[in-house]
Parts: sequence; structure tokens; C-alpha cells
Amino acid sequence: MPPAVELVSIAKTFGSVVALADASLTVADGEFVCVLGPSGCGKTTLLRIVAGLERQNAGAVRLRGRDVSRLPPSQRDYGIVFQSYALFPNLTAARNIAYGLETRGWDRARIAARVDELLELVHLPHHRHRYPAQLSGGEQQRVALARALAPSPSLLLLDEPLSALDARVRLALRHEIKSVQRRVSIPTIMVTHDQEEALAMADRIVVMNHGVIEQIGTPHEVYMEPRTLFVARFVGQMNVVPARADARAGWARVGGVALHCREGVTLPEGAALTLAIRPEEVVLGGAGHAAENTLVARVVGLQFLGAFTRLALTLPGDVPVRLDCDVAAGALAVVGAKEGDELALALPASALRVFPAA
Amino acid sequence: MSARAIPDRPVRQAWHAEAVLRLALIAFYAAFLTLFVLYPMLQVFTRSLQDGQGRFVGAANYVRYFATPAIASSITNSLAVATGTTLLTVVLAFVYAYALTRSTMPLPGLFRLVIMLPIFAPSLVQGIAFIYVFGNNGLLTRWTGFNVGIYGFKGIVAAETFYALPHAVLILVAALTAADARLYDAASALGASRVKTFVTVTLPGVKYGVMSACFVVFTLVITDFGVPKVIGGKYSVMATEIYNQVIGQQNFTMGATVSVVLLIPAALAVVIDRLVQRRQYALLTASSVPLRPARNRGRDLGLFVYCTLVAGGIAAIYLVILASSLVTRWPYDFTPTTKHYRFDTVGGYTAVWNSIEAAALAAVIGTVLAFAGAYLVEKCRTAASGPLYVLSVLPVSVPGMVLGLAYIFTFNAPGSPLNALYGTLAILVLSHLVHYFTVPFLTATAALKQMDAEFENVSASLGVPFYRTFWRVTVPLALPQIVALSLYFFLNAMVTLSAAVFLVAPGTELAAVAVLLMDDAGDTAQAAAMSVLIIAIGFAVRLLYALLMRGVTRRTQAWTVATR
Repeated sequence: MPPAVELVSIAKTFGSVVALADASLTVADGEFVCVLGPSGCGKTTLLRIVAGLERQNAGAVRLRGRDVSRLPPSQRDYGIVFQSYALFPNLTAARNIAYGLETRGWDRARIAARVDELLELVHLPHHRHRYPAQLSGGEQQRVALARALAPSPSLLLLDEPLSALDARVRLALRHEIKSVQRRVSIPTIMVTHDQEEALAMADRIVVMNHGVIEQIGTPHEVYMEPRTLFVARFVGQMNVVPARADARAGWARVGGVALHCREGVTLPEGAALTLAIRPEEVVLGGAGHAAENTLVARVVGLQFLGAFTRLALTLPGDVPVRLDCDVAAGALAVVGAKEGDELALALPASALRVFPAA
Repeated sequence: MSARAIPDRPVRQAWHAEAVLRLALIAFYAAFLTLFVLYPMLQVFTRSLQDGQGRFVGAANYVRYFATPAIASSITNSLAVATGTTLLTVVLAFVYAYALTRSTMPLPGLFRLVIMLPIFAPSLVQGIAFIYVFGNNGLLTRWTGFNVGIYGFKGIVAAETFYALPHAVLILVAALTAADARLYDAASALGASRVKTFVTVTLPGVKYGVMSACFVVFTLVITDFGVPKVIGGKYSVMATEIYNQVIGQQNFTMGATVSVVLLIPAALAVVIDRLVQRRQYALLTASSVPLRPARNRGRDLGLFVYCTLVAGGIAAIYLVILASSLVTRWPYDFTPTTKHYRFDTVGGYTAVWNSIEAAALAAVIGTVLAFAGAYLVEKCRTAASGPLYVLSVLPVSVPGMVLGLAYIFTFNAPGSPLNALYGTLAILVLSHLVHYFTVPFLTATAALKQMDAEFENVSASLGVPFYRTFWRVTVPLALPQIVALSLYFFLNAMVTLSAAVFLVAPGTELAAVAVLLMDDAGDTAQAAAMSVLIIAIGFAVRLLYALLMRGVTRRTQAWTVATR
């Protein structure tokens, strides 16, 4: 069976601005794919091209093997939820959900049964007669989701569906959308600029920047094995340390210190490169480890963030290097670091990723 | 990454029924605007460059226009009248609007109502009333034996001021209402005096409103035909000059020449007003706090007296009109009679029924066209959207006299198939709805802009055709505006004179034109009676509208009022 969605070398320009350059992507049956990137990276354009709301300059869109590249939205068979909900304000929740069914020539009883089913699915069975203005933001978004799913489309598109909601509702709705998607088992493309959201919801993440797909992978892959420096910095927190290649392969020098790094890029001695390590991967108290990659750093700031505390550190040298280090509450009590203290720490070679210089 | 060149254009969408229908509708709208706006206006331009036999003569007509003092003086006269009226009206209207919005004087509701009276009457009614009071045989002239010489500049400015007042007051009330109380709190906290606060907070806040009022009044006055026609005497302005050239001397080319010249100040005022209005919106933010005027006995009393004088003056005009229509012979014989309501000079009530029919048709067709046109321009973006928008807002800058003349050229051209329309009520309906098209079109555009742009996209994704969503969602959401548009069309169509005066034919007389004809014929009492009828019909429809709006509001309440 052909994949649910297949994008082949999509390119799009707005005047002289290249919004998308050669973007290819496949979405498998029942898969939840998040397109993640900063604003202006082309992610919404990509979604709108799949929806037929924007037309690509080059490339093909195939849904279940059917080439829809030149078809209008109405002939593509998908459901869509927008950031603004776009619920029809003059129709009740039930009439909104039934909107796409009424033109399909279904009889009344069948429509009513389908609407009941969907209200049940999004946990709003008692809100059928409410108008959108009488629903909270989260409830409106759930009605919009039910409306999109009502005609049983073969693809679901979500355009920043959670951005307009406040933080607490957003968390609850993440689970709700994900569980509805699982139950209906519908292939889904969601666009978001929130990396946490993408990590929590996606089966696969597509990271985009400047109209180019930087990486496609599972949340774990994207977080642990970023393919580019952009992905490394955009997804999660990342310390970035400028360095130079050492004579020994797999080693780099930061100031006078030689550090053993993860295998990967091999550069001639002295070439500029960038080391990247996540704050939670920095190990405090170098003693427990082998002598490799241990350093002494000075604490220049503490930021209490609840479950953990983020220490701002500087490594000594001609050019002081800044480094953040996340320490769990319990561990911090043991170390007892204050501003101005000097601490021993280790940068495990397995966590020191190497990228070409930024 | 491949370095393949990206094609400049997006791929073409495959043809489908909905796209074809949408294009057909856009083509129909474009054809309507071309035939009834663009083509007639081009006719005026070309005719101004031809002689009586249709030969091209270049700028010869313009040279003759400026070289003939009797005709050329109409330009300076028009500018003098329009400028004088604008200054007087905006000052009067500003104080009146200030009293309505920034004081706690009694009876604001009544004052709001009375100031709107002139909206319901053709402009020439103001002129007729001034003649009844100050004319050679006027009430005051006879009582005091002193003739102020109302015919000419003085009379035109006085009557036009009353005619334009409600329009200026409406704009200034809106501008003065949109005030942020926090600015006034800040001014008093900083110890600013009342005068300083007025100069540094109030005036800058309404700056654009005042400018807008100036341009609107200027346009109204310079394009008005009714007032100078009845009270101008030998004082010729451009609008009456077009009439004299066309009707009096059958000199169509000179009529066209004066028309093109009249287009310039009218169009300039409209364009500047549009630019100014665009800025006004930005002044009020979502976090603004509405201003509540504090009580101040001296100021409130002063403003109350002022408003009583202005409102009294307006009320007096309409009382004079009403009274003169009900007495045997104003001001000589005050025996009550209803004989003037028989309208024997113009053949009875035909004109009244024609007016109602034409206004109702203009209201229905105009509302459909303006709303659907705005929808096609705003929600169905194509390469034609820009030009169609320009053509849709063009009519507001065309003076009624010019439009009327343009329609003569277009629909009374020998051998043209369009002649079928000439002399029918249909052409009057068309001229009404084109003349007043722009404001409804812009109102509809604003209403559509407020709607979520994704409504159409969601519908398409659900496989619902756009016309169904237009009918099920777009129209219901804009219903209050749609009803208001139809009222605007109806009321204006009832009172307009300028375009209609060229287009009425035996059998299609209109009430407003009948007022002019009866006044011309010396039957001023019947003219007054007809004016009373026009005003009464306007009131009745306005009342009907208020009831209708209450129904609309009740229907739409469920979805507009959140009851969370």
C-alpha cells in the first residue's frame, strides 16, 4: 500500500523569497508527524501546500499514491484544524461538527449518530447546543478537531493547534489530541514552533529552518543525535563551545585543554569546530570519573527552576567559555555550590557532539 | 541539497466546477462595474474633448470654459461656498458633538435625534425653508420689513450648513467618543489646566476626525445641486452650471467639460479623506478605558443653551416646511388646508410611488451587489481583485450631476443597444445604487475582513462549496451590517436629486425631482408638501429598520453574547 502522504521535492517561492527548497517527506499510516521550526521557516507553507491552500512551484504531493498536486482543497480528502479554530460562530457545536456531513447527502439520523460519536470522542457530549462563544478556548479547539474528523478523512492536518491556548490547557490538550489520533489511527501532520510539544506528541519530527528540512527522525533521535548545529540548538537546551581540532583524531582543544569527543567529524589539526553538550549531561564532581575531560569551572550564577537548578559556569582560559549545567535539587544540596565557588566537572566524551564551526 | 532552479510560477490548479463558478461571478461583477461606472465616466472625458458634432477638439472646451467669465466664475463660486460652509459647519458641529459626548447636559437623546433630521430630506428643502423665512416674501422679511438678501452666497452657505451638519456631527461624535480616559487622568495628575488638556489631549485625539469631517462636508457641498438651484439666484456654482449647460442650453460638451473640472476637487477631497481615515483606527487600542464626562454646571448649561439654539434652528426649518404645506397661502393666508397634498401640478402621487419603488429596488439590488462584490474582491483573491476594488470605490468621488450626465451619454447614445434602459425606472435604480455604492461596499469589506480568513479554507477541506458557506455563515454573521446597508441605500435614494434630475422621464418622475419642478413652477406649497412626504417616508422606514434590527439582534444574540 502506498504511504498516506508523500511529498516529493516540494519547492515554493514568494516573489524572490524561497519559502521551501526541495522538501521531501513521507508519512506512514497512522503516524503522527510534527513539523517543527522557528517562525518563517516554511513549515506552515508546507502544510498549506499539502492542504492545497497554497500551490507549490515544483514537486508533487501524493495522498495514498494519488497525485493531488493540482487538485483544489475540496478534492483532497483531509481534515484541518487551524490555530484560530475557525469555528463558525453562528452554529452550535453540533452544527459545526455536522457541517461537512450535510453536503454529503447523509440522512438526519446518520448525521446525528456521527455527531454524537464525535462529541463522545472529544469528551464534550454535553456541549452540543452551545455556540462557540459559550465554549472555552480548549473546548473550541476540541470541537474544531471533531469537525475536521467528522467526514472520516484520510489525513489530519493541524496548524499550530495549541498556540492560542494558555499553558495549562495546552498540556491537557496535547494528551487529548494525541489519544484521539491514536484511537482513530489517522495519519497526522502537525505544524508547531514549540519543540517541547513536538517531542511530547510526535512519532517523528521534521525540523525545518530557512525553507530546508534539517532532519527527520524520532523525538529521541532528534534530541540525542541532532544532525546539524541548528537542530542541536533549536531542540532542547544546548551548550555550544567553540573549539579547534586536535592532532589526535576524535579530540578537540578548548583553550589549553584537550577534550575527547564523540566519534564523527574528522578535521585537520587546528580547524575551527563547535562542541555541543546538553546542560543535564555535564557531570559535577569530576572525581568519580576517569581523568579524561575533567575541568575546573567557576560558578557565576544560579537559577532555581524547581525540579533542578541551572548553574551558570565559566571555564578558565584566555577567552572565558560559558557553560550551563543542570543539577537536580538533591544533588545540589550535596555539592553545596554558591556563586563564586570553583567546581570540578566532567564533560563525558559520549555527550560531546562535534559540528563544523558555526 | 540540490541546486535545481525553482520555477517562478506555482503549478496551475486543475479546473473544477467551483472555480469556474467563482470566475463567472467575478466576471459578472466586473462587467457590471465596467458598464455602469467605468464606461460612462470615460464617456464624460471623451465628450469634454469633442465639439457638438463629435469632432475631436483637444482642450478647446476647457479654454473656452476658463475664458468665459460668466461660466468660469462658477469655479471660484463653488470653492468659496464649499470652503465657507465647511468652516462654519465643522465649528458648529464640533461644539455640538462635544456637548453630546463630553458633557452631562440634559436631553442628549433628543439633541441626537433632532440633528439627524436633515438626513431625511433632499438638500433643497433647506433652501426652500430659508426662502420661506428670509426670502423676498419670507415671513421675517414681511414682519420686519428688512430684506437680508438671502439669494446667493449667503443663502447657499446657510442652507448647506444645515444640510451638512448631521454628517459632520456623526463623524465628530465618533471621534470624540473614541477617547482614552487614561490620557485625561495622566494630564490631571501632571497638573495640566483645563485649556492645556483640551489643546494637548482632546484636539490631537480628534485631529483626524476633524479633518475627515472637513473633507466630507466639502465634498457634500461642492457636489450639491439642490440648494444652489433654489436659493442661489444668479450666483452660479459648478453643479448648477452643468445643469444650465445641459438642460438650459443643450450644450452637452460644455456640461461634460464643467463635469471633469468638478471631478477634481471632489475626487481630491475623497482621496485625502480615505488616507486620513486609515490613520484614525490606530488611535484606540484594546486596553483603552472609555471616558466618562464629569458634571460641571457652568459648562453643561452653556452647552445646553448652544444645543438648544442649533437644534431649535433645525426644528424651525422643518416646522416651517410642515406649516407652509398645511396652510392656504404662506405667509398671507394661514387657513388650514390639505389641498397642497393633491400634487395636481405633477400629476398626483406617481412621483411618490416611483420614488419608493426605485429606492426599495436600489436598496435590495444595491445591498446584494455591494455585499457580494465585497465578498468576491475580499475573499476570492484573483489578479482582478485590485482593479475591481478601485472601480468599486470610484463612485464616491463622482458628483451626482456628473454621474447623471455620464448616464445620458451612455444610455441615450443614438444606435446603442443600451438605449433600452433610457427613460425607464431601471436606469434611476441603477444611478441610485452606483451613486451610493462605495460606502456600503466599504462597510461590507470591513465586515468581511473581521471574519476569520480560514472559514473558506475549512469549508473547502470539508468538501463544502463556497456558496454554501457564504449563505450559511458569511451572510448570517454580517446580517446587522447588511440591514444597515439597505437602509443607507434606501434613505439616500429617497432624497437624491443630482443624478436623477438628468434621468427622469415622463412616467418615471421622482419625489425629490418633483420638489424641484414644483418649486421652479412657483408651487412652493406643494413642494413643501412633497418634502414633508419624503421626510415622513424616511422616518417610517427608519422606524421599521429599528424594529428589524431588534429582531436581528435577538436572533444573533445567542452566538454573539458569551454566557460563560
